[in-house]
Amino acid sequence: MMGRLSNARFRWLAVGCALLAPPGCSSNHAAMNPAGPRARSIAELMLGFVSVSTVVYLIVSAVLVWAIARRRRAGTSDDWLQRGSSEQSNVRSRQVISWATALTVLILLTLALCDYFVMHGLSSRPTDSLRILVTGHQYWWEVEYDDPDPSRRVRTANELHIPVGKPVELVLTSQDVIHSMWMPNLSGKKDLIPGHQNTEVLLADRPGTFSGQCAEFCGLQHAKMRLMVYAEPPKQFAAWKQAQLQDARNPSNDIQRHGLEVFESSTCILCHTIQGTQAAATVAPDLTHLASRTTIAAGALPNTQSNLASWILAPHRFKPGVQMPATQLQPDDLAALAAYLASLK
Amino acid sequence: MSSRFLELAVVALIALTLLGCERESRRFSDSPATPRGVQTIRQSELQPGSSIPTSGPPSPYDDNAYAVSQGKQLFEWFNCKGCHADGGGSIGPALMDEKWIYGSAPANIYATIVEGRPNGMPSFRDKIPPQQVWQLVAYVRSLSGQLRKDVEPSRADHLFTRKSESSSPKSAPVSSSAPRDTQ
Amino acid sequence: MTEHRNSRETQRPQPGEEGRQWLDPPGFYGWLTTVDHKRIGRRYIVTAFLFFACAGLMALTMRLQLARPNGHLVGPDFYNQLFSTHGSIMMFLFAVPVMQAMGVYLVPLQVGARNIAFSRLNAFSYWMFAFGGIMILTVFALNTGPEAGWFSYVPLAGPQYSAGKRQDFWAQMITFTEAASLIVAIELIVTAFKLRAPGMTLNRVPLFVWAQVVTSFMVLFAMPSVMLASSFLMSDRLVSTQFFNPAEGGDALLWQHLFWFFGHPEVYIIFVPALGIISAIIGTFARRPPFGYLALVLSLVVTAFLAFGLWVHHMFATGLPPLGMSFFTAASILIAIPTGVQIFCWIATLATGGRLEIRTPLLFVIGFFFIFIIGGLTGVMLASASLDSQLHDNYFVVAHLHYVLIGGAVFPLFGGVYYWFPKMTGRMLSELAGKWNFWLFFIGFNMTFFPMHILGLDGMTRRIYTYDAASGWGNLNLLATVGAIIIGLSVVVFFANVLVSMRSGARAAPDPWGGKTLEWATQSPPEPCNFPRIPVVESRYPLAEPELAYVTGLPTQFRAMLVTRLHDAAPDHVTADPYPTIWPLLSALATTVFFIGTVFTPWGLVWGPVPVAIALTCWFWPKAKEVEIQRRVEIKPQAARPAPVLRAGATP
Repeated sequence: MMGRLSNARFRWLAVGCALLAPPGCSSNHAAMNPAGPRARSIAELMLGFVSVSTVVYLIVSAVLVWAIARRRRAGTSDDWLQRGSSEQSNVRSRQVISWATALTVLILLTLALCDYFVMHGLSSRPTDSLRILVTGHQYWWEVEYDDPDPSRRVRTANELHIPVGKPVELVLTSQDVIHSMWMPNLSGKKDLIPGHQNTEVLLADRPGTFSGQCAEFCGLQHAKMRLMVYAEPPKQFAAWKQAQLQDARNPSNDIQRHGLEVFESSTCILCHTIQGTQAAATVAPDLTHLASRTTIAAGALPNTQSNLASWILAPHRFKPGVQMPATQLQPDDLAALAAYLASLK
Repeated sequence: MSSRFLELAVVALIALTLLGCERESRRFSDSPATPRGVQTIRQSELQPGSSIPTSGPPSPYDDNAYAVSQGKQLFEWFNCKGCHADGGGSIGPALMDEKWIYGSAPANIYATIVEGRPNGMPSFRDKIPPQQVWQLVAYVRSLSGQLRKDVEPSRADHLFTRKSESSSPKSAPVSSSAPRDTQ
Repeated sequence: MTEHRNSRETQRPQPGEEGRQWLDPPGFYGWLTTVDHKRIGRRYIVTAFLFFACAGLMALTMRLQLARPNGHLVGPDFYNQLFSTHGSIMMFLFAVPVMQAMGVYLVPLQVGARNIAFSRLNAFSYWMFAFGGIMILTVFALNTGPEAGWFSYVPLAGPQYSAGKRQDFWAQMITFTEAASLIVAIELIVTAFKLRAPGMTLNRVPLFVWAQVVTSFMVLFAMPSVMLASSFLMSDRLVSTQFFNPAEGGDALLWQHLFWFFGHPEVYIIFVPALGIISAIIGTFARRPPFGYLALVLSLVVTAFLAFGLWVHHMFATGLPPLGMSFFTAASILIAIPTGVQIFCWIATLATGGRLEIRTPLLFVIGFFFIFIIGGLTGVMLASASLDSQLHDNYFVVAHLHYVLIGGAVFPLFGGVYYWFPKMTGRMLSELAGKWNFWLFFIGFNMTFFPMHILGLDGMTRRIYTYDAASGWGNLNLLATVGAIIIGLSVVVFFANVLVSMRSGARAAPDPWGGKTLEWATQSPPEPCNFPRIPVVESRYPLAEPELAYVTGLPTQFRAMLVTRLHDAAPDHVTADPYPTIWPLLSALATTVFFIGTVFTPWGLVWGPVPVAIALTCWFWPKAKEVEIQRRVEIKPQAARPAPVLRAGATP
């Protein structure tokens, strides 16, 4: 389903956005910067609610200020009951309040109906979607691209690549505690609950890089559990997927060969997988194509060779409480390991 | 009388403080002392004459609930369950009973994990960092109830296979260094 | 505003027998054994504000950590304890108890009773609350504070993922505070139903009392749910039950349902008493009865009922069927209507009242309007399930909840403190300091929490101990931190105002504001028995009547309280209020040992109740002397007509 917005609607949304929340309107993690029809319908609903709320607030505030500031005669305490039973003012107040209440009910009903229609739109399940299984862990995202043919399933971590214009159905569960996946530009959030399977649909209608974050408190490093989403043109996506299906690149020089030796002979092998090597553990992120990712440690660090080395040596410097242990390696072993990992495109 | 009571209360409070503090501390990058050099860690508990106890570093995490729960997590992740099941043993010996083939002192357990043992226990030296080995040591000791009840982990979020460690009674270790086929 | 009303002013302490009956033993022992609702209510309020200050310091620490990206003030473990303890203290140890405490102090005075019903239980409830609070603060200082949020979701708070005793102490704090809250709720309901002054029919009950009664009913139905949930959690953690273990047939969502079935009414339990405070203050300052008494009361009742049908809006992200979500969206939006009606009624009252003198209590009420309405409107946004999918669990919700809780409850509470402080202490709070208090609070609050709406829309999730510079969240966070410091200053001004005024504030007349409800007919502070002569009420605003009749003929050999009928407040019989006793304190100590014991071992459940049973038995053991005195003056019920206790008396 290729949704296309008319220019006018988009412009109205953009203007509304700019008036509303200048700092948070153009980022790659903003709910008011939608990159797909689903997020756009929510953003438009948001704008509607906010506009109505602002008007209501201004009116009520104005009436309140008027009520407080209006000039009236100073009375004696004997006026207490008199004021309370003054027919004329009571009748007037009753009328005004009745109308105000009726108007409130009408406005609320309208808002509720608008929400109903948006939710109805959001809950439709597309039939030709790309299925991705996402499993939450403390503190990383396990991603597996589903396919009827098991040999064509791509496993990666902390990143999603999705084709523009094609709906993506995420099947969400968790291995440990409750997490929540939230990519504000693309859709609302959905919890990853152990023992449950939830689904969420993503649909991007323009390419871009979007940042998501775990949105349910999950422990010590809940703050640094980011998920990057890359919406790409279909051809680029297919190429990426094809590359991911390959085994890991063989080391191309001595340093990288030594790095692979270090990988297979130290602590890494007990938790990680690199397809095509001896490493086949599934407790930690799949590293087969580690170098194709832009970040490491669930978005905590940019993916550079020196960051890799620092991360391996002392992960708790960046993410205290993360499950990965500190690994003591000799400096040249560490450098070789980092060089090897940096070659795994 | 009331001053004695007050003193007792203060002492109890301090004890609670120290115990509580250690139980709850979370040390993420620790470098506890590891057995090395000339230390009397014996594979067999049988000794002629009078027994000289094992000397080696004490378990740094016997009072630390976080470390023990990490050990429990690692026990699953590193597939100790593949041979030892959930403590009851299958192709590997049971860990929750009172029989300790290679010694029940923390340093002995450390050595068992790191060096490996005959008949199938792999050597995890350089494959598991020392801090995590100590976490596993503490957890293994909790399987037979050697730790304080408030430190031992409770049930896990998986199939309920046995009483939780904190509900298990303490079984006093008995060495069984006799050859396996007579057990 | 000092209106002297001579015929009201003179309820001076009578040196006669009945006055002596109501005195407490002197000194510290008297402080420990009192069952006087006023003394207990005051210490409840003071203790709650002390907890408020502690939780506020925690909040300030969090704000300092978040002021800049990649802050290093605190690490993730301590930060998790900070926000969990801040939330737990604010919700369980400050907001609900302080509102109930206002009721404990004021409801008997406003209905014309000499003490609260079940006064020894009242003392017990205070000690339970205090010990629970001391427990959680102590364990927080010992690195054993709760770490899984004030809502403590499983499996994170469960036995596998939360090691040690942190969550056990959290769950047991719940038990302490829920027991205390339930007890006060029962007392308030019984006081308001059965101890009203003769003539105070339901149609004449003050709006503040209505709010407290409605709240108490909500407490009765909501608290058991969280008690059940926390007991399940303790049981899972201590003795390996499987309530929340999906592998064995439990469900992580069971916790959420049980908790939020309590959690949503909880915020209304905090909010509804504040509505009563607002009605009281507006009535007095607008110099007319609040407009729409029936509408205001019915709105309170409707709010209470609706509050129980909303809880799933906290779970919109958990993957529920759309039909269910639509229902709860509709219900959550609906609850705005009764609140709206109340706001309209109050604005009408202000508009049609006499000349307004904007003193501090009214200032805080006006602040309520401006802040709470924003919170209510963002609440309508969050009620929409579609919008909530973007707004849930990020700083937008943090902004919303503080707008409704601080604007909707804390501002009226501060107003109520300024309003009733003269009655409670006999001194006036400084008006200048009050204005500084208000403006610092108002400005600081908006500076702190308004930017959070934008941060939430920009993707900043909740409960994160830091964020990186590339997110762009740094500037708004810095602004919020500056605002938080200003809030801190305002609270310091408040405490200073209270401390200084208690010693050297202007002495207060019985009715410094011109209030029309019964509490203003007593001394400031009221004498121990509140009403040496119990008034007979003939209208909704007794002090607006030209003169008040009094009940005569009550026995003076014991602490006589007049019990009236529920539906028409006709006198029914006389009951004896208990004398001061040490047993509530000892029972609370025994219960504390019991509760803390069960944190560590299930045997605590077996042996713990033994000292509790002993203490309770001693508590309830009838005292021969008192029984004898009551029997001597007991009026035997006669076949046809009720006991003739009521006689119109002349004013003194």
